[in-house]
Amino acid sequence: MSAEAKQKILEVRDIHVVFGKGRRKFEAIKGVSFDIYKGETFGLVGESGSGKTTIGRAIIRINPITSGEILYHGKRISGRIDRETNRTLIRNIQMIFQDPMASLNERAKVDYIVSEGLYNIKGFSTEEERRQKVRKAMLDVGLPPEFATRFPHEFSGGQRQRIGIARTLIMNPELVIADEPISALDVSIRAQVLNLLMELQKQYGLTYLFIAHDLSIMRFITNRLAVIYKGKIVELGETEEIFKNPLHPYTRALISAIPQPDPLTERDRKVYRYDPSVHSYGQRAPEWLRAGENHFVLATPEELEAWGKEALRG
Amino acid sequence: MEEKEVILSVKDLEIQFSLRGQVLTAIRDVSLDVYKGESLAIVGESGSGKSVFTKSFMGMLDKNGRVTRGQILYKGKDLAKYKTSKEWREIRGKEIAMVFQDPMTSLNPLKTVGKQIREAIELHQGLHGRAAKEKTLEYLRDVDIPLPEMRYKQYPHEFSGGMRQRAVIATAMACNPEILICDEPTTALDVTIQAQIIELLREMQKKYALTIIYITHDLGVVAKVADRVAVMYAGDIVEIGTSNEVFYNAKHPYTWALLSSLPQLGVKGEPLYAINGTPPNLFREIKGDAYAPRNPYALKIDYEARPPYFQISETHKARTWLLDGRAPHTAPPAAIERMLSKWKEVGTLERGSETENP
Repeated sequence: MSAEAKQKILEVRDIHVVFGKGRRKFEAIKGVSFDIYKGETFGLVGESGSGKTTIGRAIIRINPITSGEILYHGKRISGRIDRETNRTLIRNIQMIFQDPMASLNERAKVDYIVSEGLYNIKGFSTEEERRQKVRKAMLDVGLPPEFATRFPHEFSGGQRQRIGIARTLIMNPELVIADEPISALDVSIRAQVLNLLMELQKQYGLTYLFIAHDLSIMRFITNRLAVIYKGKIVELGETEEIFKNPLHPYTRALISAIPQPDPLTERDRKVYRYDPSVHSYGQRAPEWLRAGENHFVLATPEELEAWGKEALRG
Repeated sequence: MEEKEVILSVKDLEIQFSLRGQVLTAIRDVSLDVYKGESLAIVGESGSGKSVFTKSFMGMLDKNGRVTRGQILYKGKDLAKYKTSKEWREIRGKEIAMVFQDPMTSLNPLKTVGKQIREAIELHQGLHGRAAKEKTLEYLRDVDIPLPEMRYKQYPHEFSGGMRQRAVIATAMACNPEILICDEPTTALDVTIQAQIIELLREMQKKYALTIIYITHDLGVVAKVADRVAVMYAGDIVEIGTSNEVFYNAKHPYTWALLSSLPQLGVKGEPLYAINGTPPNLFREIKGDAYAPRNPYALKIDYEARPPYFQISETHKARTWLLDGRAPHTAPPAAIERMLSKWKEVGTLERGSETENP
């Protein structure tokens, strides 16, 4: 992507998300900032409980943020917003969920599931127009339009995820938040759904926020990547740059855990465990430091220097 | 290779289910020898029959399913003939134990973790009172659960996913089994935790001289854990060999397809290799090679006759007509070539192709 073509569509500014209150308070997101540019695939990777899903949900206003702000095309979309903004938001930012078995209404026909979003925003004028839109969305995700009269339980996992994609697509969104869209699927189906997502991106110029815990998929599909650990982004940069030159020990641990289909390498491979006590942040809090062009890491300057040397040594 | 002791031998097994008046053949004449102390991975898509196959070793088929032909020989007994749960109780846990994908479904949420492991110890090892508790703590330590005394008294919901899976493994180990079947043991877990659980299973295997059968759809994980790999498709083992043979010298087009669809082997910006179509309908009789309709390399004969096994080495065989002398020479797909040249660079390909598994 050339520099001048880069248009920020989403800006996340120092957001915090807190669940519960008093003694049961839990701060899930502790000051996260990043930008998403038009047409790119931005990845959020981390383990369960790291807060990656919470960030996705905060963007579409399912989880309210306690401080910070989120801007969409420069306009604030967090906190109190007017109805008009809310409508554009619903239309333009859509989400694909992880488990296609749990995210579809079992009692509705596919026709209704796919067009539910349209009903909510009154996105059609005639019944005929709605049908046409459903038909197109079904074809776009590679399902025969006749399947619209069926119920979700008649479909396999891969097909159900396609229905999940069709119902976001029908809204004609700009940004799609894909929360672990393929983790619940079989390996062979994963490839089909990944290919579909990439194809749709090309066809409609979609922007993706891709949330996953599996770095091998991230390397394949994302342009830029943020590694999140316990509610904080610890490293952010161009995906290839992060894979070639991972600095933060947590990123390195994640990369070392990617299995390779190579038995001899695998047998000797030592998985590196991340131990947060390697940081001595007693006196000094880590800062957001630049490690290269478009490559940032959460560290103290001393750490950054030490990690850089380690990386050189391999 | 030295003679290995066969611990479990499956011969021409056929398993059928009756569903809504129709008969579904889930396992179609499968034979397999499992060697003592090895780790064998059974790989395939959902619906390939890998779970059904291993469940039949423990008499855990659903009510409408039964072994219609063949034998499952274990310690001189034919498990395929077992009917009553009294007979099966001699096998389950004690001889063959199982670890499931989702640890939450195999732990009782109403009992403390310690109590659940202890039950298994009391039942299978005949220990009671203080001795049973001591043993329980020992198993908790064995599976690397920190603070075992405290964890003993906790309930499953107080455990994280990885810790729960460790507790499940401890329960399985407490039964003192010969064979441990792990059904997608890491699929529900994070990548980092996944690696730790696999590490743990390997330690357990060494310490207790276990035979482990892994069931998984993810070939990426298999390379680390398996001595041998069996690839299953539509209720049949289509390729089996040592891990090195299957990864460095795969012969069946379905194995090629499974490997090619790994995102680790993808090229950015290009579509990932995807297996088109769906697995065959097992309600109907399958004519020829079950994989033929999805196989870009299918020959005419694939639609007519089921291929026999072609022996590639003493330990490696595959069911595909491509290995017949009359078949045209077929090179594996680009993604496989790319993978192999990568391993060539690393130097593992050469070593892996000449040496047999340790």
